[in-house]
Amino acid sequence: MKHFCELYWRLDSTTKTREKVTALRAYFEVAQPKDAIWAIHFLTGSRIKRLVNTRLLREWAIEQANVSAWLFEECYDRVGDLAETISLILPPQENLSAANDEDQNGNEEHALQNLIENQLTPIRDLEPDQQRQRVIELWRQFDQRQRFVLGKLMMGGFRVGVSKRLVIRALAEHTGIEAATITHRLMGQWQPTAEFYSQLVDPDENETAISKPYPFFLANPLKDDPESLGDVTDWIAEWKWDGIRAQLIRRAGETFIWSRGEDLVTDQFPEVANAASQLPDGTVLDGEILGWDEDANRPLEFSQLQRRLGRKKVGKKLLAEVPVVLLAFDLIEHEGEDIREVPLSKRQARLQKVIEALAPVTTEEPNSLFETDADLKPAAVAIRQPPGVSKKAIERWSELAEIHESSKSFRAEGLMLKRRESAYQVGRPVGDWWKWKVEPYTIDAVLIYAQRGHGRRANLYTDYTFAVWKEDQLVPFAKAYSGLTDAEMRQVDKFVRKNTNEKFGPVRSVTPELVFELAFENIQRSTRHKSGIAVRFPRISRWRHDKKPADADKLDTILSMLDAFDD
Amino acid sequence: MPAANNLLTTTPRGLFCEAGNFYVDPWRPVDHALITHAHSDHARWGSKKYLTADTGAEVLRIRMGDKANLSFQPLGRPLTINGVTVTFFPAGHILGSAQIKIEKDGYSVVVSGDYKRNPDATCRPFEPVRCHTFITESTFGLPIYRWPDPQTVFAGINDWWRSNQQSGKTSVLLAYSLGKAQRMLAGVDATIGSIYTHGAVEKLNAGYRAAGVALPKTTRVGDLDAKATDWNQSLIVAPPSAVGGTWAKRFGKLSVAMASGWMQVRGTRRRRAMDRGFILSDHVDWDDLLRTIVETEAEQVWVTHGYSDVVVRHLREQGWDAKVVETEFTGESLEEDAEPA
Repeated sequence: MKHFCELYWRLDSTTKTREKVTALRAYFEVAQPKDAIWAIHFLTGSRIKRLVNTRLLREWAIEQANVSAWLFEECYDRVGDLAETISLILPPQENLSAANDEDQNGNEEHALQNLIENQLTPIRDLEPDQQRQRVIELWRQFDQRQRFVLGKLMMGGFRVGVSKRLVIRALAEHTGIEAATITHRLMGQWQPTAEFYSQLVDPDENETAISKPYPFFLANPLKDDPESLGDVTDWIAEWKWDGIRAQLIRRAGETFIWSRGEDLVTDQFPEVANAASQLPDGTVLDGEILGWDEDANRPLEFSQLQRRLGRKKVGKKLLAEVPVVLLAFDLIEHEGEDIREVPLSKRQARLQKVIEALAPVTTEEPNSLFETDADLKPAAVAIRQPPGVSKKAIERWSELAEIHESSKSFRAEGLMLKRRESAYQVGRPVGDWWKWKVEPYTIDAVLIYAQRGHGRRANLYTDYTFAVWKEDQLVPFAKAYSGLTDAEMRQVDKFVRKNTNEKFGPVRSVTPELVFELAFENIQRSTRHKSGIAVRFPRISRWRHDKKPADADKLDTILSMLDAFDD
Repeated sequence: MPAANNLLTTTPRGLFCEAGNFYVDPWRPVDHALITHAHSDHARWGSKKYLTADTGAEVLRIRMGDKANLSFQPLGRPLTINGVTVTFFPAGHILGSAQIKIEKDGYSVVVSGDYKRNPDATCRPFEPVRCHTFITESTFGLPIYRWPDPQTVFAGINDWWRSNQQSGKTSVLLAYSLGKAQRMLAGVDATIGSIYTHGAVEKLNAGYRAAGVALPKTTRVGDLDAKATDWNQSLIVAPPSAVGGTWAKRFGKLSVAMASGWMQVRGTRRRRAMDRGFILSDHVDWDDLLRTIVETEAEQVWVTHGYSDVVVRHLREQGWDAKVVETEFTGESLEEDAEPA
């Protein structure tokens, strides 16, 4: 715990990548494998199942600190983080040496693995009274910074500005093993055990678990003119979809569907899994899962797909209302062989053969003896190649630009440009895959409500609600908080404090005076919003110092964008 | 003893003693101003006459300039002004900082100004003063603010400086030029390397030395030949506004640290995008604030700048007669346009 806390605070106190990697390497030098693997587990974004109800943690902290509940809330409001608030408000540590002697005297009581497996995890199954005792005992043994880390371990959610990529880089430097190999080994589900750690750092390990996905190849946003990419015939253009990027694995008679967040989502998409049962063993597809409108031959709105996510089981009704498909655009394992080094054009040719071999499957039995096969609409194959962007070969960038312009009418976010000869690489290398998105919509809107942020933005008013004009009234239509510089945030914060009209709990209504340009990706009708619309990914693109509230856009303008999008 | 305390009242110009016809730390120009300490939210320009503790003579003179009409009173020695007795007691905030006790007809009010209870080699320690009404600051009046031992903090600063030397980075420590900067200078281990200062800091160092406070050798950055100086072995003490501009360019690779009570909270520390944040304040933390109130044995507590509404609500729950008093003091601010620490 001591080493891990030191690592945590070293990572937390710098924004420089090099220093973070150095800190991680220093940690891997001293940590035992059984502890290091837990550190990797947390730093790469995994968490342990929550041990204790946060409401109880709050209660115990209030009791130990001997403060009123409202005073605790005032503090929380300032700090913006529950684990940190608790760590600060508790009385000082009692036994100064307790948490520090893990490496001297051979005492391992507080080594990370022991702490988690033997002290924290058992707490989950205790009665609240015993939980309380154990938690308070732990609090007493640690200092403020250690309590903070302890709180993060207990509550889950461990953000310290370290990406998985950075952890992998440090491990690669520490072990001398290729980063790509480590990335692959860390894919999918694994248990944080010393044994797994030794596999992770084993220079010879070759074996692949049947469920293990490949690291995704990600595209970079295209910022320059596409013509800078050279000859257009060197490139394959595909629609860029707004769905769930997924990798489908068929090995040893089993199917696994992984999302990019490395969640196993097989059960959430039974129609895809069902279609996959026809794939030969040793096949891995890369593609996008989308809700699909067969009649229009384009995706359903993203909000429809959202209804299918995060469920343990998908009901019949939902299956019928929001059918999904996997649009497979790449083949990365074929006949049991890793073909990532094969050029994209050849991979896609093989992909086409694999997909063509799939037969439509009927998932339902005929309802009655009188229903003939002809009445039954065969379920379309839920794994298919995506509709192409053009029937004829593209010869000029200008033709592609025209197609690009039409993206929104296909419910696509733009185009993907992939070099014909590209290998399937790891991560987000620059050069071979580009995402060429269409311009976002923008709207000038007025700031009307503000709320304090969390974490780094705690105690500054940084979460805003914006309004546009509906006749002579300002109606709220979007919330946004990113896109301002720190200096601008402080300026807006000052404005909010000086121009508060009313307070509703943590929310302040402010004099409508500041105008911002908001950018967003998509508009949908919504019955839940007062304005009648919902926007996707709203963010502040710039502060319009030059505009007055009267110059802000009208709701009608946004509605007309919606109409343009709908036809 | 008067039933109600009307010895001091709040007016648009500041805290006013009508019987004595003087103000304490007024924020608008007045005829007679009593000053708790030389920070600019407490000692403002434009009043006709100023009176402060004699321990603060040098620094207040530097702050107010030659033309201001300043008088000085020894600590602990009562002075009668229009029948009102005024006594200055040390507040432990910065050099010369004082609480002001105001008495008439057996009733006494103590204005704390800014104060702390943690040790500070550059000023006289705070003395609790018994009174009927205690007017206290509340800059850090939340139970999340609990200061670590300053010795531990200085050890951390020394380690940071040494490790910067090893990695070839110049150590820049940001601290307000009056008070915090000198406390830093007196606290760090000057054998580690040379110490250089920003002009604003050096100006006040002279005042501290003139008042007999021992500070290590310092040299103004502007007096050095930029090319001939080993910046990356040195410690540079400067006000927060000094980085970000051209002034700091000459030092090469930097590690920037700030010492402030606000560094207790991670979000604040991260928002300042500093390399290190050291928790060191010249104000009382939560425990010391409450302890001090008890020690004054006051019947009434007035709470000013900071988390005054929170502190008042807490005090009332504990059975105190407490109220919020609105002032224009700012306490320890992190903003560059507000200077005092």
